[in-house]
Amino acid sequence: MAEADGSSRAFLGLSDVSISEDIPVEGDISMPPTSSSQDDGFSTLDEPVKDTVLRDLKAVGNKFVHVLYPKKSKALLRDWDLWGPLLLCVTLALLLQGGSVDSKDDGGPQFAEVFVIIWFGSLIITLNSKLLGGTISFFQSLCVLGYCIMPLTVAMVVCRIVLLGGSGTVSFVVRLVVVCASFGWSTFASTAFLADSQPQNRKALVVYPVFLFYFVIGWMILTFAPAQ
Amino acid sequence: MDNTDELKFQDFEEVSNLLSFDPNAPTVAVSDSLASLSGEEDVKLDLNEDEEGLENSKLLGETPTGGFWTFDYYQSFFNVETAQVMDRLKGSVMPIPGRNFVKYYLRNKPDLYGPFWICVTLVFSVAISGNLSTFLSQFGDQTYHYRPQFHRVTIAAIVIFMYASLVPLCAWGFLTWRRGPEGHMRCYTFLETVCVYGYSLFIFIPTSLLWIIPLEWLRWLLILVSTVVSGSVLVFTFLPVVRDHTKVTAATTLLTILVLHSLLAIGCKMYFFHTAVHMATPATTTLPMMTTQVTQAH
Repeated sequence: MAEADGSSRAFLGLSDVSISEDIPVEGDISMPPTSSSQDDGFSTLDEPVKDTVLRDLKAVGNKFVHVLYPKKSKALLRDWDLWGPLLLCVTLALLLQGGSVDSKDDGGPQFAEVFVIIWFGSLIITLNSKLLGGTISFFQSLCVLGYCIMPLTVAMVVCRIVLLGGSGTVSFVVRLVVVCASFGWSTFASTAFLADSQPQNRKALVVYPVFLFYFVIGWMILTFAPAQ
Repeated sequence: MDNTDELKFQDFEEVSNLLSFDPNAPTVAVSDSLASLSGEEDVKLDLNEDEEGLENSKLLGETPTGGFWTFDYYQSFFNVETAQVMDRLKGSVMPIPGRNFVKYYLRNKPDLYGPFWICVTLVFSVAISGNLSTFLSQFGDQTYHYRPQFHRVTIAAIVIFMYASLVPLCAWGFLTWRRGPEGHMRCYTFLETVCVYGYSLFIFIPTSLLWIIPLEWLRWLLILVSTVVSGSVLVFTFLPVVRDHTKVTAATTLLTILVLHSLLAIGCKMYFFHTAVHMATPATTTLPMMTTQVTQAH
C-alpha cells in the first residue's frame, strides 16, 4: 500500500497536465496532395525553355573546352552526354558530302557510311575496352570518343576552306599537316581519358584501336576531293 | 615429405607438354604448396580441392565462365596482356621448325583480341594502300581525277573476315572428324585454330604497305616471301596433328592450307593493286584507254 501511495505520489504532478492547453500541438496529419520536392532533382517543367536548352548547351560547350585542353579531369567522364558526339558526327558527315559525285561507285564515303563508321567504330572500341577489363562505363567511353572527334571536324572545316583556293600540291601539303596535327591531338586527348581506366600491362592494347579509328577518320578527311 | 617433388616449381613448358599428353593429369596449385608448408596439409588440401579444380581449368584455359549469352564468356577470350600479344606477333613472323605456334605461344590461352584487330588493320591497310597505289600509278596523268574508292573497304572487310572465320572452321572441322584412333595429340579447339589463322595474317599488313611501291617484280617477291612465312607458321602448327593420318591425307591437308593462303594473298594483290598490270607502258596515248579500263573493271 505504501509503495502504491509512493508511486502514485511520484506521478501526482502529471494528473493535472492538460494536453490541449499546456502543450500546444498543431499540425496536419493528412498527407499533402502535392509533395514539394526538396531534393536536388529539381523540376524543369517550371523554367523557361531557353534555360533548359542553354543549360545543356553550356554542358556541351564545357566538354568541348575540356577536349581542347585535355587535362586529366573527371568532368567529361562524370556527366556524359551524347549531344556533342551527335553534333560532331552529323557536321563531319555533311562536310564530307559534295565530293566527287560524278561517279557513284568511286566516290567518297556516303553520309550513312560516315555515320556508321563513327558510331560502329566507337561501339567496337568501347566493347574492346570493356572486354579487356576497363573500369570506364559504356556510355562514358562513347562520350569521350565522340567528343574527341572535334579536332578532326575542325580540320575538315579548314580543309574545305583550303580547297576553295585550289587543289594543287601546296594545298595538299597544308591539308596533310593540318590533318596529321588534328589526328595526333584527337588520339592524345582520348587516351588521356581512356588509358587511365586500364591496368598498366594493357594500356597499349586499348590505345591501338583508338589510334586506328582516328587514323581512318583522318584518312577520309584527307582524301576528300571536291567535285570539279 | 613424400610429395615435395610434386610441389616444387616445374618448368612451364614441361607442364604444358604433359598437359597436352594427358589433359586429365592432376596439377598442383600454388595455394596447395603454401598450405602444405604451413603443416596443415590434410585439411587445407581438402578445402583447396575446389581451387585445384579451378586451377586445372585455368591452366587448360578453355572453360570460360558462364553461358555464351553472358559478358563474362567473351571476356575470357580477351584475357591477354600487351607483352603476350607482342610475343605472339613476333612468333607469327618468325616460324621456327619444331616450334608449334599453338603450344609455344598460345599455351592454352587463345585470345580473340589479336585475330580481330589484325583483320581490321589488314582491311584498312589493303584498301588504303590500293588506293594510294592507284593514285601513284597515274600521277602524271592530267586527266586523272582522284577518287577515294571507298567501296574497296567494304569488299576487303567481307573477304578478309570470311577467310579468317570460315577457313579455320573448315580446318578444325576436318581435323576433328579425321582424328586418328590412337591420336596422342589432342586436336586444337576452334578458338585456337582461329587464333593461329588470325596471327598468321599479320605479315600481310607490312606486305600490303610495301605493295605501294610500283615495281612488279618486287610485288611478286613480297607475295612469295609473305606466303612462305605465313604458310610455314600454319604448316608447323598443323604438322603434329596430321602426322597421325596417312601420308596422302597429311600432304593434301597441308597443301590445301597453303593453297588457300596464297590464293588470299594473290587475290588481294590482283584486285586492289591491279593497276600494276598497266604501269609498264609510259606512252600517253594508251593511258586514257587504261583509265577507262580501270574504271570499267569496277
